Amino acid sequence: MTRFALSRVGQTVGVLWIVSVILFVLMRLIPGDPVLIMLGDEFTDEAYRQLRAQLGLDRSLLIQYLVWLGNILRGEFGYSYISHASVADLVFQAYVPTLWLVIASLILGTIIAIPSGIVAAMRKDSAWDYGSMGVAIVGFSMPSFWKGILLIWIFSVHLGWFPAMGYVAPWADFRESMWKLVLPAVTLGTFFAGLVARIVRSSLLEVLDLDYIKAARAKGVGQAALVYRHALANALIPVVTVIGLQFGALLGGAVLTETVFTIPGMGRLTVAAITTRDYQVVQAAILVGVLSVVLVNLLVDISYAFLNPKIRVTA
Amino acid sequence: MRTLDGLTVESPGVTVPTPAAEPGAAAGIGRWWRRFARSKGAVFGLAVFLAIVVMAVFAGVLAPYDPLTQGVGAPLEKPSLAHWAGTDSFGRDMLSRIIYGARIALIVGIVAVLLALVAGVTLGLVAGYYGGVLDAVIMRVMDALFAFPIIILAIAMMAIMGFGVTNVIIAVGVGFIAPFARVTRGDVLAVKEEPYIEAARLAGIGNLPIIFRHVLPNVLAPIIVQGALRVSGAIITEAGLSFLGLGPPPPTPVWGSMIAEGRNFIVMAPHISTIPGVALMLTVVGLNLFGDGLRDTLDPRLRR
Repeated sequence: MTRFALSRVGQTVGVLWIVSVILFVLMRLIPGDPVLIMLGDEFTDEAYRQLRAQLGLDRSLLIQYLVWLGNILRGEFGYSYISHASVADLVFQAYVPTLWLVIASLILGTIIAIPSGIVAAMRKDSAWDYGSMGVAIVGFSMPSFWKGILLIWIFSVHLGWFPAMGYVAPWADFRESMWKLVLPAVTLGTFFAGLVARIVRSSLLEVLDLDYIKAARAKGVGQAALVYRHALANALIPVVTVIGLQFGALLGGAVLTETVFTIPGMGRLTVAAITTRDYQVVQAAILVGVLSVVLVNLLVDISYAFLNPKIRVTA
Repeated sequence: MRTLDGLTVESPGVTVPTPAAEPGAAAGIGRWWRRFARSKGAVFGLAVFLAIVVMAVFAGVLAPYDPLTQGVGAPLEKPSLAHWAGTDSFGRDMLSRIIYGARIALIVGIVAVLLALVAGVTLGLVAGYYGGVLDAVIMRVMDALFAFPIIILAIAMMAIMGFGVTNVIIAVGVGFIAPFARVTRGDVLAVKEEPYIEAARLAGIGNLPIIFRHVLPNVLAPIIVQGALRVSGAIITEAGLSFLGLGPPPPTPVWGSMIAEGRNFIVMAPHISTIPGVALMLTVVGLNLFGDGLRDTLDPRLRR
């Protein structure tokens, strides 16, 4: 188990290094000179050269990369070219609302998905099955930004039940924070629920077809006990993997959902920074996003191996 | 399902047996269709997809107005007999814009996935077949690409390349390379151990002909399934980019930008956001159901 975990950690470090190279190259390919943007319309050649040197942009790309990587490893993300604020602060402030939205959507999605998947599997080919799977496919096929607008139109504009936009930190005012989170979390959570419900159903059907379940059934165990006591725990193992695999999709979905509900999260920070060519912010924001995806996947892999001993041996 | 039909080796006097002889292609398609048609969802998905394709191909005939002409109706007109889907803030006919929008959505979705498929499958074939350092390097880069949320990678690439349909296709396509490479590599690893590949190798056939004539046809089914399922993802990603204002520039009729524009008029003219969204959702649901049907009939191993 330790060997498996260590080898996965090693692979993750390798992947993160390649991510850093891809990201660095991508950012240097963005047309437009950040020095010109910072200097504005009027400046002297001397000022241009000085600022370029100060930002380290006059050095070779390799040196720039090494300096950047070294800084990041020390947790120094530098300062925004535009607002001069600390990039680490900007990214942290934006990360909290996004993470909050993603976690709320994960919880809501799982709460919806597991019972629907179980009902669909237990009553396979019934109206319950077709109904819940139909809703599931619509759930993950509806683009989050459109779903968000529909929810605002129905629940804010027409019914006036929930606020249409904005974000309040949970520690500032918990009630208000939850209130504002309802529509965004439903938007993103139903997408996730759609994906997971299908996996729960198919995984449970697969387990219900295994010999040990057949044996239990032959011994007279009732359908409900069969599902809840014997099959469910095994059937839910693949669901853990799906949560890991879909974390990136959730983070991406959060970018669009935030835009609809004007939540000051990572998505809005990244899009704004790209339009102003604020390299430092873009790099840090994307890096933190990718880092979260990679770390969640690592945790999922290790917990999966913990739950399923077969993986440990074959890995 | 084996699709390799008769493997005859050109080296004199050597014939390598086929892994599984298949009857004629028409009979194969007929059998596949009978299995596919058993799923009502899959047939519905295919019908919706074909309807969208017809809409896109015959946009010029079907659209009642020019999608770019302003003032064909009053601005923000509600749906009526003259304008079935109403008009937008410039008085353009929404139905015509939605019909033309299908064209962009399908072109971006299909071409981006084809691009990703060609690149991903090539990388997967090379990685899986040759193994070793090449495999390790290619797959670690794919792992890294896979870690980027697609929409974020596409946003960054649009910032580099600028707006325009071609750039959207490239930005979306790059995001989908890794899944194709992974699926292909996994299957190549299994196929290359098969006796008929070993036989081909012993018969003196070169690596490239083996890869393209004997390995590729046997890993094609899951790739086709991936392709069908990814087109919907590519269409949603394009719509997301357009929604953020990073897609094809205005006044190009694209569903994502129409939804974004409608957000400003959600109180007085909700049709501007809602109707293009219905078109987008129907396309995606149709493609997903069709993709599910393909998966169940072409690649039972992946069935969920």
